[in-house]
Amino acid sequence: MKLILIGSGKLAYFLTRQFASKGYALTLICSDQADALSLSRQFKATVILGDGSDPAVLQDAEAYRADILLALTPQDQDNLVACQIAQQQFGITETLAIVNDPDNLDIFEKLGVTIAFSATEIIAHLLEQHLEFENIKNITPVAEGDINVMEVTLNDDSPAVGKTLQDLEVSSQAQITCIVRNQYITMPKRWTRLQAADHLIVVSRPEYAGQFLRVLTGKEA
Amino acid sequence: MANSQYIVVVGCGRLGSILANRLSSEGHSIVVIDQDEQHFSKLSTAFSGFRIVGDAVESAILKRAKTDQADCFFAVTDQDNINLMVAQIAKEIFQVPKVLARVYDPAREQSYQELGITTISPTQLSAQAFLESLQLAQAVQV
Repeated sequence: MKLILIGSGKLAYFLTRQFASKGYALTLICSDQADALSLSRQFKATVILGDGSDPAVLQDAEAYRADILLALTPQDQDNLVACQIAQQQFGITETLAIVNDPDNLDIFEKLGVTIAFSATEIIAHLLEQHLEFENIKNITPVAEGDINVMEVTLNDDSPAVGKTLQDLEVSSQAQITCIVRNQYITMPKRWTRLQAADHLIVVSRPEYAGQFLRVLTGKEA
Repeated sequence: MANSQYIVVVGCGRLGSILANRLSSEGHSIVVIDQDEQHFSKLSTAFSGFRIVGDAVESAILKRAKTDQADCFFAVTDQDNINLMVAQIAKEIFQVPKVLARVYDPAREQSYQELGITTISPTQLSAQAFLESLQLAQAVQV
């Protein structure tokens, strides 16, 4: 497989290292002279100094023989034009581009880039996923770390809402020991029904914690 | 003016400012976008349009310029790739009826004519002008 990668800096360095070790035929187009020089010394790859959106540079990079083009510069416009020229003039069907502005994700794909991805979007998504565990708070290890005590808040859409403790049993080693409802403490019984906005004080052995939290909140811990 | 148009100009350099000043004096509604606020000093005191400081490659900036309502869109920054990208966004995403982009590199220009973007290449135009004046000179000699 023949790959063309347009970019510089750490991203280009580590991708080149990875692709070179996999034995891909790699041509790197780099606009920074110092980067181009050091990459060409370190790896078994063809390195071309130039602007990857310039048709003449792509010609030098033998773009007409390439299977995939990766456009990874920090400039959205350069990545878009490189992908489009590669498709239009050199018939590369698979083009990948990094976008900085997440709004450009859809725009790039509409304008013919095969796959566009945004680091901003990926990081924001990871963070949001992480924050979804907000309803699990105050995890405290007790009994020399063998047992966790945590506070779990139920949302309207938590699967445990409306169920009795009996319905939810996973193991005797993961228990709801106390329910705080409207600021008052309720001692749970097996037939107690859970409500949205309940704060549950859960005591469990670590190996059952994940499974029990999934039953309560529907989410992976 | 009866047929006043809403025109977005990206880039307020020498070309962009001439276009904006002229079109504004003809009574059109103009929005000029440039990354550098100082470039707006090229606009004449009579310029009555709007100025937006920002990177036009960010589609939020094009939205702020109400590009979706524009009759006409000129992409005239000094970078070919910016012009080509924003021109395509104006045409394909915001459905602007008339879109023109300045492209210096004739090799790049060709691809975009195939993609349906109207481009104007100063390189081609000057080459043509030079060659024509040469031919004229020859004609005079003859």
